[in-house]
Amino acid sequence: MRITCPLCGERDRREFYYQGDAKMLNRPDPEAGDVVWDDYLHNRDNPAGVTRDLWYHEAGCASWIVVTRNTITHEVISTELASKVKEASK
Amino acid sequence: MRINGKGLVDRNTPLSFSFDGNTYEGFAGDTLASALLANDVKMVARSFKYHRPRGIMGAGSEEAGALVTVGTGASQDPNVRATMQELYPGLAARSQNRWPSLNVDILSLNDLAAPFLGAGFYYKTFMWPKAFWEKLYEPVIRRSAGIGALSGQDNEDHYEKAFAFCDLLVIGSGPSGLMAALTAARAGADVILCEEDSVMGGRLNGEALEVGGMASQAWAVQALAELAGMDNVRLMSRTTVTGAYDQGTYGALERVSHHVDTRGARPIECFWRIAAKRAILGAGAIERPVAFRNNDRPGIMTASAVRTYLHRYGVAPGRSVAVFANNDDAHRTARDLVDAGVHVAAVIDSRHDAPDGDGYEVIKGAMVCDSEGRKGLEAVTYRLHDGREEKLQADCLAMSGGWNPTVHMTCHMNGRPAWDEKIQSFVPVAGMVPGLEAVGACNGAFSTHAALEQGAQAAMTALDDLGIKGGAVDLPEAEDAPYRVKALWAVEGKGRAWLDFQNDVTVKDVKQAAQENFRSVEHMKRYTTQGMAPDQGKNSNVASLAILADATGRGIPETGTTTFRPPFVPVAIAAMGAGAQGKGFAPERFTTSHKASIERGAPMIEAGLWYRPSYYPAPGEKTWRQSCDREVNMVRNAVGICDVSTLGKIDLQGPDVGEFLDFVYTNMFSTLKVGRTRYGLMLREDGTVMDDGTTARLGENHYVMTTTTAAAGVVMRHLEYVHQCLRPDLDVSFISVTEQWAQFAVAGPKSRELLDGLVDETVDNENWPFMACGEISVQGVKGRLFRISFSGEHAYEIAVPSRYGDSLYRLLMARAEAIGGGAYGMEALNVLRIEKGFITHSEIHGRTNAFDIGMEKMISQKKDCIGKTMAERPGLIDPDREQLVGIKPIGPVKQLTAGAHLFKAGDEATRVNDQGYLTSVGFSPTLDGFLGIGFLRNGRARHGEEMQMVDHLRGVTARVQICDPVFFDPEGGRVRG
Repeated sequence: MRITCPLCGERDRREFYYQGDAKMLNRPDPEAGDVVWDDYLHNRDNPAGVTRDLWYHEAGCASWIVVTRNTITHEVISTELASKVKEASK
Repeated sequence: MRINGKGLVDRNTPLSFSFDGNTYEGFAGDTLASALLANDVKMVARSFKYHRPRGIMGAGSEEAGALVTVGTGASQDPNVRATMQELYPGLAARSQNRWPSLNVDILSLNDLAAPFLGAGFYYKTFMWPKAFWEKLYEPVIRRSAGIGALSGQDNEDHYEKAFAFCDLLVIGSGPSGLMAALTAARAGADVILCEEDSVMGGRLNGEALEVGGMASQAWAVQALAELAGMDNVRLMSRTTVTGAYDQGTYGALERVSHHVDTRGARPIECFWRIAAKRAILGAGAIERPVAFRNNDRPGIMTASAVRTYLHRYGVAPGRSVAVFANNDDAHRTARDLVDAGVHVAAVIDSRHDAPDGDGYEVIKGAMVCDSEGRKGLEAVTYRLHDGREEKLQADCLAMSGGWNPTVHMTCHMNGRPAWDEKIQSFVPVAGMVPGLEAVGACNGAFSTHAALEQGAQAAMTALDDLGIKGGAVDLPEAEDAPYRVKALWAVEGKGRAWLDFQNDVTVKDVKQAAQENFRSVEHMKRYTTQGMAPDQGKNSNVASLAILADATGRGIPETGTTTFRPPFVPVAIAAMGAGAQGKGFAPERFTTSHKASIERGAPMIEAGLWYRPSYYPAPGEKTWRQSCDREVNMVRNAVGICDVSTLGKIDLQGPDVGEFLDFVYTNMFSTLKVGRTRYGLMLREDGTVMDDGTTARLGENHYVMTTTTAAAGVVMRHLEYVHQCLRPDLDVSFISVTEQWAQFAVAGPKSRELLDGLVDETVDNENWPFMACGEISVQGVKGRLFRISFSGEHAYEIAVPSRYGDSLYRLLMARAEAIGGGAYGMEALNVLRIEKGFITHSEIHGRTNAFDIGMEKMISQKKDCIGKTMAERPGLIDPDREQLVGIKPIGPVKQLTAGAHLFKAGDEATRVNDQGYLTSVGFSPTLDGFLGIGFLRNGRARHGEEMQMVDHLRGVTARVQICDPVFFDPEGGRVRG
């Protein structure tokens, strides 16, 4: 499997650390309540199809990356710097 | 029998080799299989289950019969396909799965018991009594059924792994592959051409065809010479592409030096990972056998293998060869043998409309239905369309049931091939592997012309995708004969007819599986073992599922295929894991004081990848405890030196570092004064403790964080996550400097005395109070000094750039020893911190939170931080949770053990009565007894309670008393001294 790091280009997946769902970017307000926090921390979809998750270019430039990919075909659809995604969401 | 004037072997280089102790001669360019056939050796193996005599059936990696063991001792290599083993001087091969010898095999009695040994025999028979399975049945079955054996010794062979990149990967160097490679390479694309064989050319070398007006072998040589002359082409022979993976990654096994007698420094195999933008699969096709009674006798092989031995190796596998076929292609075998002067007994063709012979007899509408000959073929019996049976003398039968495209690689990403009625086999469907196109025989196009054309076309498509402009393709002239085939899977009749030669699976077994309701092809496979083991059903899959389709009354497309998984050929784990043997398994990290510690005889213990000194044995000390006790006393009474460089060190800079640290730590860091250090607690977002450590503020916008040794990588990743994913608005930069600084603890009442004169600045309580930090000069070298303590003593940590680490360590040691101090190791460090009740990852082990370790007050109420919200959940601050306590022995048993559990005095030591557990224990010379820390339900309210400690694992029970976890100097006077 190969992932395109927005800074380093296409790299072998062994250079990356896999975190999980990119919803981790949307940290709730401290006062958001139990239900919201529980959902943020514990509940994950397991889609057969397109998913967005966080990868860390640990053996590379140390970028956190939002990878959009297809869990059925393993196609990597797009990659973006997590910091850019986070800033754009504000 | 060798045929003069044929073959690509080097007749000027004879080679001597041995098989089962007998010496034979072959030529350079032979495989073990071709050399054995040239020497008329027919029987080379015993079959898997029935121990029947087996010979060579094919000429490539699909070989299911001729498995041998090569070499002896640690490097003994079992299950080598004789068709893949190139001859080298002194090659020594042995047959397998026989005792005492290939000729006299006691277990061939299994063959007589065959009526009882059909599919499912083991499942049905060895059921009772239950205990017998492990002790009796399994060992006996394993000994009698099987193939080659490993030596049982450590593998000393050297393996390699490597990576390669290209625009276009061409798999297979037959006509389609060569044409694809030529077309792409001429246009300037970076091309890798992989070929399993030692000589490139594929079927061009195994046939007597004309391509571009010359012999096919000569055309291959010419094409390869052109490719070899181009800088943008890499030719990789002896390299089998074993699997197709995501994003154009392919695995490939290169057999680097299996073919030489002296390997030198070369590895035996190299496992490649090839990243290709596009790939063309020209893997060819595998000819399928026909199932008839006794079709497994040595001397019976595929028709194309006979041609390969003739044209490629100059060997006729028999003196009188019969051909059995259901298609036109196999008639070439008869024609080529007659041309070479080999007697062809007859061609027996199941089709009434078979073509006439050209110098040989064709018996039309007939089928071979039996064979005879004890250890090699002597005659075949065929049945005419009217039912009459006749016998034909032959010592070799070339059979062909048609061709199966080698679709394996196209299915590696879960694609399913489609049934093609015209060729009676499965063909790839476009797009099964993104970026890969199958061409030629592998795509069901069997003529040479079609192979060349599809190869060129696929290359043009790939060039187009890559944005490379290709020139006009000039296709060489080649035969374009139609492939006429009529399905023939099994010949009716009594007796056993083999489908899977490697696993001894017969037509009857498959039918029986269907009868017993193992009707799904995947169930049939597992019930009969058809398609397992080294050949993975390359010879038998299509025929077996055709039989299954018939037995279950379904069509072949509905029956479907089993799943093709990588690897295409067996790959040694040693090749995939190359470099990871022994010390290569994990990198070793050494501190700058490593050498000095080794010189002092310190045994090393692993801390992650780091190696740290356990203790420093002094003359006369016989046990580690003696050394440890001495070192603890030394720190408490004089001064000790310990390398603490393995702790993670992260340098943080920028105007927002304070705010950033406030967010990752539970406590405040933005208010920390420059020149001061603070202990910090870090949580995971779920409220569990992640790590702890001290962070020093060296400047207004400059902090240095330390992490525990174990969590250095985790914390670094976490900080990057928090910054990039949660707070990219903060202006902060950080980097790991763990490797850049050598840092030593100088601990004990004489620590300041030791530093006096070593550090250029004045170190006193006014300039360097407890928790002070700052830059210093160590004999002119710029360093850092931190007044922090993990022992509870007046202590410092002194840091210098790593290149001065060894020098400073030796200097510190000399100064320490001059005032009654010395080095202390991990054992002493552990006792010192237990005496003080300081926690490590034994306590913050991933299930404890701030409340459990008594630090809930460190979660600042003035700000938000990672883990704060979730740490406040009622369940995480329940008083009944297990809380950090100290444990002291008070009964006759003085020993405590880590991992032991706590029970109320008088309670039975069972799980339901469990009250807590010990995480760390040590013998304290300071307090003259064992001390333990651990977790106890509502522990903080139970100081003083007497309990029992039970270690079920080690069988230790002790009376203990619960106390505060800080055993020594609870007021902390010493650290400020």
